[in-house]
Amino acid sequence: MFSGKLLSMLALMAGIAWTPFGAQANPAPTSAVAPPAMPKPATTSTADHSKFKELQQSFKSGPEVTRACLACHTEAAKQVHKSKHWTWEFLNPDTHQRLGKKNTINNFCTAIPSNYEFCTACHVGYGWKDKNFDFAAQENVDCLVCHDTTGTYRKLPGLAGHPPYQDMEYPPHSGKIVKAPDLKAVAQGVGKTGRQNCGACHFYGGGGDAVKHGDLDSSLRNPGKYLDVHMAKDGLNFSCGECHKTTGHEVPGSRYAPTAGNEKPDAHKRGKQDSNPATCQACHTNAPHKQNARLNAHAVKIACQTCHIPEFARAQPTKMMWDWSTAGKLDKDGKPFKLKDPAGHDAYDSKKGDFRYESNVIPEYIWFNGRVDYTLRETRIDPNQTLRINTFHGSPDDGASKIWPIKRFVGKQPYDVGHNQLLVFHTYGKDDSALWSNFNWDKAIEFGMKEIGAEYSGKYAFVSTEMSWPITHMVAPKSDALRCEQCHAPAGGVGRLDQVPGIYMPGRRANEWLNIIGWGIAALSLLGVLGHGALRLFTAKKGH
Amino acid sequence: MSERIYVFKVFERFWHWAQAALIILLLVTGFEIHGSYILIGFKDAVEVHTVGAWTLVGLWVFAIFWHFTTGEWKQYIPTLKNIDAVAKYYALGIFKGEAHPFKATALKKHNPLQRLAYIGVLVFIGPLIWFTGWFYIFYDKWLEWGWDQYLSLEWVAFFHTVAAFMMLSFLIVHVYLTTTGHTPMAHIKAMITGYDEV
Repeated sequence: MFSGKLLSMLALMAGIAWTPFGAQANPAPTSAVAPPAMPKPATTSTADHSKFKELQQSFKSGPEVTRACLACHTEAAKQVHKSKHWTWEFLNPDTHQRLGKKNTINNFCTAIPSNYEFCTACHVGYGWKDKNFDFAAQENVDCLVCHDTTGTYRKLPGLAGHPPYQDMEYPPHSGKIVKAPDLKAVAQGVGKTGRQNCGACHFYGGGGDAVKHGDLDSSLRNPGKYLDVHMAKDGLNFSCGECHKTTGHEVPGSRYAPTAGNEKPDAHKRGKQDSNPATCQACHTNAPHKQNARLNAHAVKIACQTCHIPEFARAQPTKMMWDWSTAGKLDKDGKPFKLKDPAGHDAYDSKKGDFRYESNVIPEYIWFNGRVDYTLRETRIDPNQTLRINTFHGSPDDGASKIWPIKRFVGKQPYDVGHNQLLVFHTYGKDDSALWSNFNWDKAIEFGMKEIGAEYSGKYAFVSTEMSWPITHMVAPKSDALRCEQCHAPAGGVGRLDQVPGIYMPGRRANEWLNIIGWGIAALSLLGVLGHGALRLFTAKKGH
Repeated sequence: MSERIYVFKVFERFWHWAQAALIILLLVTGFEIHGSYILIGFKDAVEVHTVGAWTLVGLWVFAIFWHFTTGEWKQYIPTLKNIDAVAKYYALGIFKGEAHPFKATALKKHNPLQRLAYIGVLVFIGPLIWFTGWFYIFYDKWLEWGWDQYLSLEWVAFFHTVAAFMMLSFLIVHVYLTTTGHTPMAHIKAMITGYDEV
């Protein structure tokens, strides 16, 4: 204790002593007080990549770097080739649906086909610019995007998964220059995947920071404990991989086939063959409350997340609604424009339509057993009903479901009026048909449908959609967990689980008839004895 | 004209008053959990109710043991003998200043109506409240033990509450009837000192 205090005091004094010199010597416009120099944590790796002769060369492209990596890591690309990060494809073993980014249509950016160059900025590969991409080529695997530790490696939309090889202005016409990474330095600095690597894509899903998930955004780079007890740097300082414990480049944890239910007590525990390490139970077991057995009792039917992530979008607002049907409006000069909401978040963008962002959102709660069905492009839809992009299955009686918090994301997107199917449209491209260049839906849809070789009736309209997302990140400190009364709310209040079917909630769902009859009998008993007593008093007086 | 007899032994009196306090505590917290009012908050109500319930279970284990080892259980054997006279007394005689037809002794503490009422609490309200209470407490084990296919929390809670209402009504009538001795406080005094004037 004491020595720690002494050290920090010395460090503070050193900082104070050095500041004036630092400020004089270096008039850079950075912060005036230099933080006391922290020794870089000693790496536990047995290899210093900067000493490898394979990496002592100036690389001209990503694939060149990959070839150098593969000289030693002979199996790495083959492993990556099997992963969802590479295939963007997932065959759901339960529903047999062919899913993955390559196949599904969601209600954010909708679909990949015809927009590869843009979307594949988040592919762990190089060169996926059209449907002819070579998935078997080992040098097309991008090692750096996950293993860069310098923070200088960045892939930009429009380059088909390549980083910029020359400095370029991005976003276009913004005046901001993104520097081409020094591939040699990046290659020599590779290391274990950190949260900044995962975050480069996963924090920005849906086309921007915090847009898609609500529980996964750039604030996780350096969250306070209030935001994430596991990832706070002054706390446990977990990387993403601490839970998504990866072997052979296969990252566990999937929202296509999530682990949600309660198949047997204490399933999902680390070290067991059948376990998914990316669950709360894998570390905490399903009976983690030491002080209060009653809370463990709740864990049988209630996902940990329900109480321990009482709100999402707690650091940054997340997008809750995206209406594509209004996209394409132009101002009086014929130019696309953007509007902000009163809080300063995008409310309209000619490219994308109307949005709604929300902060500190109370999740919806549903029974969920891990089975998810998707509406595929081929699925015939009923355009008069809100279309479920995905359906989370579960019920109070299947013995396998728990009550989960979800983000329900709603929107509107085009569908084929002739075939009652969702449409693939061309958002981005250096051609005349892309919605974002031309703001013409007809052309964009025709191009997109031609790209996937599917029939299009020629008539489109917009269908209302909703999509469910499990809330599972950004676990709050236990002092912020839901209190009993937030579900077992007093009469007149609102209980968090009021809308969840099939549960009896003590304190909330008492049988009204029982109350009327029960209190009635108690009242009659009281009246009876009072009457009896009064009569006794009366007759006693008369008797005397 | 009246004699003092020793009716209620030490353990019996302790049992009675501890049980009375616990039942009132359980009623107050139970109806808060039920959602009837806000008093100490749901969380505290659940905690107090659970601890109170287990304490009462413990007390009952001792009481049952005591009743069997002392033979006092015989006090609760129901009888219809003279029950009409006792009923008639409470319905009519009490207002006319008549004497109670039942004379308590150490061997026969309870009049026939009392016996009937207490055996009712013992064999009906008691088991209903205990079994539903245990089902309630072990709700999280239902799945593991395979009980979830036979039980629903809603009905368990329903019958637990039914029993609670019965207990409440019993309590009201019971407390009132303590005032019907030859003085209003006579029965209560007997349950405190152990001695009854008969």
